Amino acid sequence: MTDEDENGSGDPTPLRRPGEGVPPKPEGPKTSVAADVAALAGGLKTTLQEFFRPVVTTEYPEEKTPRSERYRGRHYLRRYDNGLERCIGCELCAAACPVGCILVIAAENTEENRVSPGERYAKTYEINMLRCIFCGYCEEACPVQAIVLGPEYELSDTSREKFIYTKEKLLEPLPPDVEARLKDKP
Amino acid sequence: MSDFYNNAIGHWVVVAIAMTLLLFVVLTATAYTVWFERVALGRIQRRPGPNRVGPFGLLQLAADGVKLAFKESFIPAKTDKVMYVVAPTIAVAAAFLSWAVIPIGIWYNVQYWIADLNIGVLLIFAISSLNVYAIMLGGYSSNNKYSLLGGLRSAAQLISYEMALGLSLVPTFMIVGSLRLRDIVDYTVHWGPYTGPLPLIILTPIGFVIYLMAAVAETNRAPFDLPEAEQELIGGFLTEYSGLKFVMYYLAEYVNMITVAALATLLFFGGWYLWIVPPVLAFFLKVVFFLFLYIWLRGTLPRLRYDMLMRLGWKVLLPLAIANIIVTGVVLVVVQG
Repeated sequence: MTDEDENGSGDPTPLRRPGEGVPPKPEGPKTSVAADVAALAGGLKTTLQEFFRPVVTTEYPEEKTPRSERYRGRHYLRRYDNGLERCIGCELCAAACPVGCILVIAAENTEENRVSPGERYAKTYEINMLRCIFCGYCEEACPVQAIVLGPEYELSDTSREKFIYTKEKLLEPLPPDVEARLKDKP
Repeated sequence: MSDFYNNAIGHWVVVAIAMTLLLFVVLTATAYTVWFERVALGRIQRRPGPNRVGPFGLLQLAADGVKLAFKESFIPAKTDKVMYVVAPTIAVAAAFLSWAVIPIGIWYNVQYWIADLNIGVLLIFAISSLNVYAIMLGGYSSNNKYSLLGGLRSAAQLISYEMALGLSLVPTFMIVGSLRLRDIVDYTVHWGPYTGPLPLIILTPIGFVIYLMAAVAETNRAPFDLPEAEQELIGGFLTEYSGLKFVMYYLAEYVNMITVAALATLLFFGGWYLWIVPPVLAFFLKVVFFLFLYIWLRGTLPRLRYDMLMRLGWKVLLPLAIANIIVTGVVLVVVQG
């Protein structure tokens, strides 16, 4: 429907001066009882046919529809193959975030405690998932591809506090070979 | 058994047990009518309907019932409290009372009904017109303009269609010569080699069509569900009702739906007679067929506009019903001499 129709100006009633005759009403489609009954039967036939056709819904919790590879779900903090964190604590993601849901507090890497390959690393990395709008700007802003949006979308929980995703929750697990190497160390 | 039944005390014991049993049967039937409606409507819209609680969702109504029973039964401010509470009880009482005279069948000489009243149909109409009070008082006492409008619409609708409904059945009574539902079902014809019960739809097809339409309007079902139009009256007379009082209206609506389906079965489709099918089962199957018809209509037709509803009732159904009576009368005089 166009705007004109809504305002009633699409089919305007012509202004008439006194004495002018009333124009005849436009003739609608001819109706008869037989035509009406046929229309009714047609409608009933359609719904009955639909009744016997298979359902088109997906049984959601058991069955999930496929998602795009580029779907933007919950965030992950990635690591390099050698187990070091990618994040260098530059806070560009926090700056890019339109709702300000990312908190990054950086700290210096030292020789004894090397967390990321750069100078600094994220000591604290928190995302408030209640605020996040899943726009993906953080992923775009990140110079080292540390923060990415994954495919998970079932994020419901029982309290507001649980929606503050901390670094431990966001960080990818260590690659298995690195984990095995660390386990061997005393 | 028959000795015990003929005994004065024994008779009442049997009737009391039968009444309790019937109450449970009708309640259960109502619950599964709701389930059937939701599944059938779902299938018409190509979705599965309730399928979470129990096998095939069969226990959905138990879950819904428990939920509704434990909800707060809220009474809005400045309502007419007595009427507000009494209105839904009228609806339920009227809905269940009709079943006192509805015969379900005769099976191995056991009669499956409470009372074999000689004015059965008349009693049903008298009781079912009480439904107007339930809806109108409910709408009036809620102190809400939507409820009031819903109630008023309903009163006008029910009164209009009750006439067509009653008159549509008059030819049946004229042919059978009795208002007793059992007599109508047992109506026997001797047509050449055929002697036996006859579904009266063969003799009064127009009466049946009028009955079918008027009955949908009487039970406030789609496409005649104007009193509770969700879109324009936010639920009509039901707007202010919640908890158990809402359940009562809901229950009454579905009991009425079954009653109307049972009446159609008895009056037009030969009641419990169906070839070799056992009587009570045959009755059940026919009622399910009519229930499906109502659900099918609901899944197909949009709601009528109010003026269309009134025009159909007064200008089409009522004259047609009266003409039907006159024609039937003339034919009866000619045939019977």
